[in-house]
Amino acid sequence: MIAPAPDVARTGSPPGTILRRHALTTRLWHWINAIAFFILLGSGLGISNAHPRLYWGRYGANFDHAWAQLPRFPAWLTIPSSYNLAISRRWHLFFALVFAFGLAAFMIASVLNRHFRRLRLTRADVSPAHLAEDVRDHWNFRFHDADDPAAYNSLQKWSYILVLFVALPVMILTGLALSPGMDAAWPWLLDLFGGRQSARSVHFIAASLLGGFAVIHLVLVILAGAGNELRSMITGRWRVPE
Amino acid sequence: MILPRPSLHRRNLLAGGAGLLLAGCDKVIQQPAARRILFAGDDMHKGLQRALTDRGALAPEFRPDQMSPIFRANGTRDPGTPAYAAMVADGFASYRLAVGGLVDRPLSLRLADLAAMPSRSQITRHDCVEGWSAIGQWQGPMLGTVLKAAGLRRSARYVVFTCADLYNGQPYYESIDTIDAFHPQTILALKMNGRRLEVAHGAPVRLRVERQLGYKHAKYVTGITAVASLDGIGKGQGGYWEDNVDYDWYAGI
Ligand code: HEM
Repeated sequence: MIAPAPDVARTGSPPGTILRRHALTTRLWHWINAIAFFILLGSGLGISNAHPRLYWGRYGANFDHAWAQLPRFPAWLTIPSSYNLAISRRWHLFFALVFAFGLAAFMIASVLNRHFRRLRLTRADVSPAHLAEDVRDHWNFRFHDADDPAAYNSLQKWSYILVLFVALPVMILTGLALSPGMDAAWPWLLDLFGGRQSARSVHFIAASLLGGFAVIHLVLVILAGAGNELRSMITGRWRVPE
Repeated sequence: MILPRPSLHRRNLLAGGAGLLLAGCDKVIQQPAARRILFAGDDMHKGLQRALTDRGALAPEFRPDQMSPIFRANGTRDPGTPAYAAMVADGFASYRLAVGGLVDRPLSLRLADLAAMPSRSQITRHDCVEGWSAIGQWQGPMLGTVLKAAGLRRSARYVVFTCADLYNGQPYYESIDTIDAFHPQTILALKMNGRRLEVAHGAPVRLRVERQLGYKHAKYVTGITAVASLDGIGKGQGGYWEDNVDYDWYAGI
């Protein structure tokens, strides 16, 4: 049985039911974004190796105080694998466009197709007691609500909201603030983050948090059943787990 | 408790997949077609910036108390050639700036000629492609004033700078287009932080293109050539770093 949409198939989908879980735009964006993110992170770490010191404020160079001295990222983490700032930047700045315009298109599509409705917070999602229960459920590898298995759980909603509406836009805005041409065109970018070197620090911190998110995201996909989850993000079809 | 068994096999597959993707990027960039697409990135950024924002926008300027205590010198710190040493020895009295190419009146300007032109002073942020920034004060005539004095022809689209410092035995060179050349903050700096430019910072003349990265700011400028295309310059990419290590020609990103 194929239920048309998660909202319609609200109550009591028995285990084994196949639901249409993800819209085509969501699936397309997910994979474009996954590739762009992966390349941005790898090439970003290559860029970081050129000057692995981070500063707060408008300026910052070798004689100034650095709040962080970063490690040298090894070849297996960077794009390209052998140090080459020019090529890292070519990858980074090309995929910055893919990433930024991809996110913008996905945002527009998700408002139009009401995908974001699934992220709407209910009273339960902001109640500490419920969130604590959700943490316990995750800890016990229970990810789905039996009454509405396709719904996003509270922790899932919160992490997707923080990633989509905070972390990813922050990557774009801080990335733009690193461009001297954009700083002339949109000086408010600098005011927003307190100077170019602060923007660079925030860019790095937010990239690290997103890297952490990506790892947890992949682990949870594996725990929730990689085959089923992967298929749902490719064909849209998701089987309600036992 | 239902515990979906995490499969070690799948986890390895994912980690292996990531490694493969990274290695794949190294392969991809060797394909000429892929390289062409990736290398179009700076042109796309340039086009978007110019189409969507004010192309005359000024780079942020700062107050004296916001300047870097020490401004790091980078790239060549002393050209070290006999010709340059001779100019340093005579206090740049023998220095000449040659302005030529697609102009009606080729010029040969002494330092005093440049110093006599109306000058602009600006405290701006210098961003190195490596990631660091330094804020300093720069003063000198606007490049546009010099180009107008030489009678730049309409057919000119780029301005090429030739320098006294050598890279691989060749003079350093860089180029910008006429939009940036006539930008009010694009100056031929003769002074930095209120004093005559030091050798380490490009004495006696250093280009400032405030909306682009540091490698565009040619030091030790001795020649300015107006051209219609960058094809005949170096290997055709418009600058030493662009030609030899694949840096972006448009460095406003
Ligand atoms: C998820 C997306 C992204 C990730 C994970 C990411 C990651 C990184 C990292 C780790 C660095 C090195 C920071 C350092 O210098 O230490 C970097 C640098 C940079 N990123 Fe991104 N980035 C992302 C998106 C973007 C976007 C959208 C833009 C442009 C709009 C951008 C523009 C830049 C620039 C210009 C640099 C060079 C900074 C410098 O000169 O140090 N990035 N990125």
